[in-house]
Amino acid sequence: MAGQQGFTMKSLEYMSGRDAYGKIMAEIAKEDERVVLLTADALGSTKGTAFYNNAPDRVFNMGIAESNMVTTAAGLAIAGKIPVVAGYGFLLAIHAAEQVRVDICYANKNVKLVATATGLAMGTGGSTHHCIEDVSIMRAFPNITIVSPASAIETAIATRACILGHVGPLYLRLIRGVTPEIYDTEDIGFEIGKAIILKEGKDITLIATGEPVYLTLKTAKVLEKEGIDARVLNMHTVKPIDEKIILKATEETKGIVTIEEGNVIGGLGDAVGSVVYENDKTTKIRKIGINDEYCKIGSTEALWEYYGISEDGIIKAVKSILKKRKK
Amino acid sequence: MEITESIVTKLKKIADENRELIVKVAQEAGGGHFGGSLSEVEILTALYWGILKVDPKNLTWQERDYFILSKGHGCAGFGPILAKKGFIPMEDLKTFNQLGACFGMHTTLKMAGVEHPTGSLGHGLSTGQGIALSLKLDKKPNRVFVLQGDGELNEGTVWETAMSASKFKLDNLITIIDRNKLSMDGPTEEIMPLEPLAEKWESFGWAVKTIDGHDMKSLLDTLNQVPFQKDKPSCIIANTVKGKGISFMEGKYQWHYGYMDNKQYNEAKVELG
Repeated sequence: MAGQQGFTMKSLEYMSGRDAYGKIMAEIAKEDERVVLLTADALGSTKGTAFYNNAPDRVFNMGIAESNMVTTAAGLAIAGKIPVVAGYGFLLAIHAAEQVRVDICYANKNVKLVATATGLAMGTGGSTHHCIEDVSIMRAFPNITIVSPASAIETAIATRACILGHVGPLYLRLIRGVTPEIYDTEDIGFEIGKAIILKEGKDITLIATGEPVYLTLKTAKVLEKEGIDARVLNMHTVKPIDEKIILKATEETKGIVTIEEGNVIGGLGDAVGSVVYENDKTTKIRKIGINDEYCKIGSTEALWEYYGISEDGIIKAVKSILKKRKK
Repeated sequence: MEITESIVTKLKKIADENRELIVKVAQEAGGGHFGGSLSEVEILTALYWGILKVDPKNLTWQERDYFILSKGHGCAGFGPILAKKGFIPMEDLKTFNQLGACFGMHTTLKMAGVEHPTGSLGHGLSTGQGIALSLKLDKKPNRVFVLQGDGELNEGTVWETAMSASKFKLDNLITIIDRNKLSMDGPTEEIMPLEPLAEKWESFGWAVKTIDGHDMKSLLDTLNQVPFQKDKPSCIIANTVKGKGISFMEGKYQWHYGYMDNKQYNEAKVELG
């Protein structure tokens, strides 16, 4: 299988999502000449070095000018290239938001924006380097697809699916650091737009995207010990969201808790909520995420704990739903 | 193409006809960006009748030159030209700004011949840069022309591209600046001074020429010379008059966007006819 996909489980061991993407990009460099890579003075940190080694002519370093970078990618797409624009979330999705909006989404260009640091991944870098708003902002752009893989294996598969298997504007959010793998096989059944059921359950549904998926799965095991049977959905594609699986959850479980590493305004939680209320369901929902504030200084781990993106935070939310229902 | 006197005369006449059609279309639709649509007439006429390698029957022709109207609000001046050249149907001109029309205030991808939708200023040069980069990668000789407004040059993204196009040695990228010296609130030199403009572009590594943007011979001769220098992108500062052709509009920033009353329209028709 390694030949087809460019990786094996073993080869991805100890890799971050970022690393896995870089590894697959190196393969893609050799496979498809149309793929070009843009960076804003961050080639190494955005894991573009291996691509560069295979195709130096097809890498454009735009310097610290992300707006120029994004619009230039649109131009490359007009001329028939498949541009991959790699950068930090806050720069791609926020600094260059207007360029994403007009030149990529409105113009409906086949450009893949790859954010190698989103949420609180930049940790002590502080709020200017965090990106808690990207999902909320990108969701409001018509024509865009938003994918947030939850592990190295999923990233490796998603990278290929997004860059070569998908045509159109796409925002891919990578996990920056090394996180535990959630799959024990390369054959995960990844399909853009279709959430993956990591654990079946009938009491409560936990829906997460990106880095918090591992935490969510871990928490489900803790809940199990307390007699709460939690369903865990990996909503790797936030837009278009998997409406069917959400509605199934409203019918088959007693509530939903969403977990995201971003502002609860406009992100995954609200995307799930929209599906629920647009279909006249009255399922209770709790959103775990950043409650509309910029973060204090701290490491990513400390900030997660502080802002309730934690086992405790999730369990509290679950119990607040189930306790209510017992009344 | 050799620029003969008869070609210059012919294109001057076409420019006058284009001007008349542009005013008719915008006025009869209820108003438009007269100022900037009139200042760019000779530039667009020179490009589409004298310089650009394009084929209205083959929009994806791999050998074509690319044109980006970065000052997207000049669409009222662009649509009629695309219609006369056979890109969009002449009948579509009557649908300017109507629900679902292909032809409106700013360029859209619904208009055949438009490479990229514009309207938000400061994006066109960067878009053109992307196309030019691809052409260089593929070693193709096609050129990319980008028409910018001068007020548009206030946008920082323009200067990001001015830097990078020079770095990438994109001598297949040419920008023409419709230097009518007026933006929406008043003269550019009062709102946000641009001078010394030629020196700015030169210092960013571009080869620059400054010409009269209504002198057809000058336009054709200059456009015919691109690239002005190998390995350098080219910049043509075309000095123009906003509202050119209608005496009560010429040089008046208030006519950036507007609608004429009957008296004014009658006067205009006499001047243009």
